[in-house]
Amino acid sequence: MKRTTRRLIHIFATYGIRIITLLLAVSVITFVLVSVSPIDPVRQYIMGLGTAVSPEQRTQIEEYWGVNEPLVERYVGWMSELVKGNMGESAIYRRPVADIIGERFVNSLALMLCAWVLSGVIGFFIGCVMGMYQDRLPDKILKKVCYIISSIPTFWLGLVFLLVFSVWLKWFPIGFSGPIGVLDKDITVWEKLHHLILPAFTLAFMSFANIALHTRQKLVDVLNSEYVLFARARGERKWTILRRHGLRNILLPALTLQFASFAELFGGSVMAENVFSYPGLGSAAAAAGLNSDVPLLLGVTLFSALFVAIGNMIANLLYGIIDPQIQEVGG
Amino acid sequence: MKQKDETILEIHDLSVSFRMYDHGLEQTDLQVISDLYLTVYPGEIVAVAGSSGSGKSLLASAILGILPGNATVHGHLHYKGQELTQERQEQLRGTDIALVPQSVAFLDPLMKVGAQADGHRKPLPTDKRKSIFKRLGLPDKTEQLYPFQLSGGMARRALVSTALLTDAKLVIADEPTPGMSLEQALEALRMFREMADDGKAVILITHDLDLAFEFTDRVAVFYAGTTVETALASDFKKGPDALRHPYSQALWRALPQNGFQPVCGFQPYAGALPKGCLYAPRCPYKTAQCMDAVPPVREIRGGEVRCYYGA
Ligand SMILES: Nc1ncnc2c1ncn2[C@@H]1O[C@H](COP(=O)(O)OP(=O)(O)O)[C@@H](O)[C@H]1O
Ligand code: SF4
Ligand SMILES: [Mg+2]
Repeated sequence: MKRTTRRLIHIFATYGIRIITLLLAVSVITFVLVSVSPIDPVRQYIMGLGTAVSPEQRTQIEEYWGVNEPLVERYVGWMSELVKGNMGESAIYRRPVADIIGERFVNSLALMLCAWVLSGVIGFFIGCVMGMYQDRLPDKILKKVCYIISSIPTFWLGLVFLLVFSVWLKWFPIGFSGPIGVLDKDITVWEKLHHLILPAFTLAFMSFANIALHTRQKLVDVLNSEYVLFARARGERKWTILRRHGLRNILLPALTLQFASFAELFGGSVMAENVFSYPGLGSAAAAAGLNSDVPLLLGVTLFSALFVAIGNMIANLLYGIIDPQIQEVGG
Repeated sequence: MKQKDETILEIHDLSVSFRMYDHGLEQTDLQVISDLYLTVYPGEIVAVAGSSGSGKSLLASAILGILPGNATVHGHLHYKGQELTQERQEQLRGTDIALVPQSVAFLDPLMKVGAQADGHRKPLPTDKRKSIFKRLGLPDKTEQLYPFQLSGGMARRALVSTALLTDAKLVIADEPTPGMSLEQALEALRMFREMADDGKAVILITHDLDLAFEFTDRVAVFYAGTTVETALASDFKKGPDALRHPYSQALWRALPQNGFQPVCGFQPYAGALPKGCLYAPRCPYKTAQCMDAVPPVREIRGGEVRCYYGA
């Protein structure tokens, strides 16, 4: 027990240091990139005010924002505020960045989790079917389908889905996370879910092919292994072998891959959120970029990096928990 | 001891070849077993002895019908007088015919050894398995271990236990003893002997000739995918004069206690087999006839030999 606790502390310390280093690097790079880009946050801010500003006022604002200070000083200033938990105020929404990220993140997470589970389940199932029918007709057809799907861009598929299911069939709403004109607190869970389904399916549809093809290959390897040969020698039939040995040996790599794909899913969700006008982090990032909202852009970038890094960390940790061999070596 | 009229297993003229693709397009058939014969009676342990690559494991796979998809089998395979078709093999696997595979790689790396030995058939034979583990000297905690946590000897004994758990009439044990201590190996062999005494039969595959004739009733000597001789185990104890094939005699002389004379030359590779007698390139007694055509099997002194001059 004591050994386990020590090991856990060690693991979390290692990952903690790694993640903090990563965040520092990301923040520096983003900060530098934003500084050298032609974005003028002050002008953006002033435009957001919607009133004319005299040159004196502009200087005041510039001073308040510190735009004329050296880069390093600005960075240190921003960083020390960040450490205190102040991520600044969004220029377009006129609200604290942390609040916006909090709200948007919940929406994005719901979307990604749904898509993630869907793509994992669909991909794993299809991969199993392909592996069991290796090189026979079901396998050949599904493989083609997988290749075709993985070469379709998300936004295009999103538009097609939107057209078919929302515009023609009217099964799903066209966008947003709830009905328009209804206050946020009055939106029911069902309404939210209704708005979630189509973007989630689009996202899942884009990423299941990878897991399916991977699962297929793993299953084929397992079926060609000596332990499956022995299982056959002992009288186990095809489906018994899948149940007793197949699933056991392919679940772990599939799960690892699925966790690792969280980063990609995040990338995909930016697209999907924009196509479906879904108010998540991705659409916030796009809005921040297009409107030169520097504080929001920095915040979202940093938060995304943190999120993806944690996803990868969970994948690695799970791998250690599930695979007895790694557990043994690690301990 | 033997009931000549009733065999458990009868194999003759067995050949196995693999379809191979050279450079992607050219298709060749690689013959790895040719003109092989083997008869097994109830109540006996038959050793299949031969150097590595002589086709011992493939014979086991052929009997069970678990050869890879690119393999073709020809010849006669009969179990209890009935032809072993694919369908029949599927019925018999794990119930009537049990395999003890060659290495720990045949155990599922992610399944605990206890559950794995119990197998998929219900009801689970857990109590019987525990007592077999005990007899084989496997500690209680073994059942909770994963295959990679086993020593070589433990893995071998766990593999042996899977066959002892069944009610199989025929057990094919593919090199079951390496890695075991002498005591453990003897206990495993004693358990095989008990099965044989029960009227079952055991094929003990080994490349260890000593083991082959010390603990078995008959020995089939394999060479380059064919049977060159079957002899009573006692013939090997008597010495080379009681043996019938030049290769068996050479193997006998190569044993440490008999002078340690190595057999010179190499077993030919599949795909580069000589036309006539497979042993001809290494045989000191060969004649033109030997290199021309495969010698027939002849019965001599209660054994069989594939040699023109064997005596
Ligand atoms: N799947 C395969 N494809 C081609 N050749 C094979 C295959 N399996 C075995 N062989 C060949 O058949 C011969 C006999 O193999 P095996 O029965 O494993 O020998 P052993 O007597 O050592 O058990 C070897 O030369 C090996 O290279
Ligand atoms: S047949 Fe000829 S070559 Fe073959 S073993 Fe007999 S004597 Fe030697
Ligand atoms: Mg072998």
